[in-house]
Amino acid sequence: MSIVYFLFAQTLLFAIPLMIVALGGMFSERSGVVNLALEGIMIIGGFAGVFYLNYMQSNDILHGMPLLLTGLLISGVVGVLFSMLHAFAAIHLSADQTISGTALNMLAPALGIFIAKTVQDGMQNVSFTNEFRISEVPGLSSIPVLGDLFFKNCYFTTFLGIAILIISWYFLMKTKTGLRIRSCGENPQAADAAGISVYKIRYLGVGISGFLAGMGGLIYILPISTEFTCTVAGYGFLALAVLIFGNWAPLRIAGAAFFFGFMKTLSYTYNSVPLLAKMSLPDTTYKLIPYVATLILLAFTSKNSAAPRADGVPYDKSKR
Amino acid sequence: MKSNKPALMERASFKSIVSSLLAILMGLVVGFIIILIANPSDALQGLSILLTGGFREGLSSIGQVIYLAVPIMMTGLSVSFAYKCGEFNIGVPGQYLVGSFTAVFIALRATFIPDNLVWIFAILGAGVAGALWALIPGILKATRNVNVVISGIMCNYIGMLLVIQGIKATIYNSTGAESYAVPRARSIPGFGLNQIFGDRVNFGIIIAILLCVLAWFIMNKTTFGYELKACGFNKDAARYAGMNEKKCIVLALMISGFFAGVGGALTYLCGTGKTLPITETLPNEGWNGIPVALLGFSNPIGCIFAALFIGYINVGGNYMQALNIAIEVIDIIVAVIIYFASFTLFIKALLERYQRNKKRKAEMQNEGGKTE
Repeated sequence: MSIVYFLFAQTLLFAIPLMIVALGGMFSERSGVVNLALEGIMIIGGFAGVFYLNYMQSNDILHGMPLLLTGLLISGVVGVLFSMLHAFAAIHLSADQTISGTALNMLAPALGIFIAKTVQDGMQNVSFTNEFRISEVPGLSSIPVLGDLFFKNCYFTTFLGIAILIISWYFLMKTKTGLRIRSCGENPQAADAAGISVYKIRYLGVGISGFLAGMGGLIYILPISTEFTCTVAGYGFLALAVLIFGNWAPLRIAGAAFFFGFMKTLSYTYNSVPLLAKMSLPDTTYKLIPYVATLILLAFTSKNSAAPRADGVPYDKSKR
Repeated sequence: MKSNKPALMERASFKSIVSSLLAILMGLVVGFIIILIANPSDALQGLSILLTGGFREGLSSIGQVIYLAVPIMMTGLSVSFAYKCGEFNIGVPGQYLVGSFTAVFIALRATFIPDNLVWIFAILGAGVAGALWALIPGILKATRNVNVVISGIMCNYIGMLLVIQGIKATIYNSTGAESYAVPRARSIPGFGLNQIFGDRVNFGIIIAILLCVLAWFIMNKTTFGYELKACGFNKDAARYAGMNEKKCIVLALMISGFFAGVGGALTYLCGTGKTLPITETLPNEGWNGIPVALLGFSNPIGCIFAALFIGYINVGGNYMQALNIAIEVIDIIVAVIIYFASFTLFIKALLERYQRNKKRKAEMQNEGGKTE
């Protein structure tokens, strides 16, 4: 049984940040703005968050949960600010959204490393102490099965991720604003005629994606390292893949993220899974699993893949 | 203006060039401001080094510019070719990597081919490998409607892992934990270029430029290229006009992958002892194709200049490090340039409005003159 708990915990580490960032991307694309900049926003958000952790920890100002919460908030806010560059170009200047997204992906690591080097006297890496692992949630951890799955050796961010999923689903599917976001991505002209400000809704969509992706950057780095080198190893692009794989819908995105997270876990921990270890294939074969599995699954599920119809098309009032 | 050609100010190409020059200017201004904040006392000197760096040590600096430009010229060409055909080929890093491995493998292991000819086969093999690697997203898109962006991302990682395994199995140099380097004798010959610009430059730059021109020719002067563009512009209209849009997607991606693969060959066959690493990262030269393509307006000829420009300011940035200014400022400048380049539509509209106003004012003055 312990192997199941172990695999589950590992899967969460991969899947939660992927899901949060992909949900962010969903809000942007459902409102009609392609957000290729998820990678860049993750990097800049992660950088701001880690930088803040570093400052607070080394000066002994704040620790533990309050530090984590404020850090996440800062990552998110910086993500929003950064994403506004994309929003402004895409919404007000009818820019090519692929181009401005790519520009931000390039800008984020360069800016992060430049700031780190300038402030830390040539040092590129920003380090922090991981004091955020919760070894046991009092009370809840004694629940059979569930206690072992969720409430031992866990991170607060796991619960945050699940909360974000539920809120995102409710917000997009059940509220008035959510409906407006969806309508701006499908038929902005009709939305405009119905009295909705397409520009405002699209700013909102990109803003939410900036907040979630920025936070996702910090959530990604927290459990796996103690220093940030201004890279998230292509996670932003993987999140984009999860978003498309999840067909731009919240629950399917969550499913896609967990599928990918589980495959990724198998590929890194195959040694502790008796069945896989017995096959003794070369290392690389296992590492290929998540990518090949995704490709195969896509080949069977993409026939009905439906992107929001106005995704990536700048809104032009005169076409109404 | 009496001639039938539109005036210089009104031509579309003029507007493109004005807006890209504006973008470059904005990039340099932002870069300067950042340098000014980081290191106020040396900022002016830094900027002048940055702007003149490509000529700083004469021909050898120009050689360095060319050396940096060749790989990204090819990956840029690859991205822009697919982009013109309506597909965003984000799988270029993988195609570049697969091409690199194939080139190094052929150069090192195909010992039955004589030294002075092997580079031709290595380049061709790399191109074919890149094309085949791009075939996967192409076929998945054409037959199963799989989004090219996501299959491209997956193929990047698959290609990277397979190349690492391939290196380990065939051309692994265990002392450096990397591949063996291609010796100079089996690299691309210099044909005199190396005597002018130094050992880093060889016939590769000519191949890169020729391929850009060839791509431009295919795109703009052949029926085939017209079909590719038409399919990219409007699939339904293209199908209605009797074009096979599935074939177009597959071919466009394969040609794009061919260019990326050749880019890998030109990089590793340059005789500078460059080796393939076995780290799990995707090559920067692959990613940098995207900014090159965007800066060059997805025009094959534009890619030549965009790659040389990015090579040029990178050389300047290298020299600038002596002033304790981190080289990342170059990436910031390029990113800002691309960001402003995305406003092309907006700037063009501004230019048009400005010209219309000017014309109207001139007409009004003329009419005013008549009545007096």
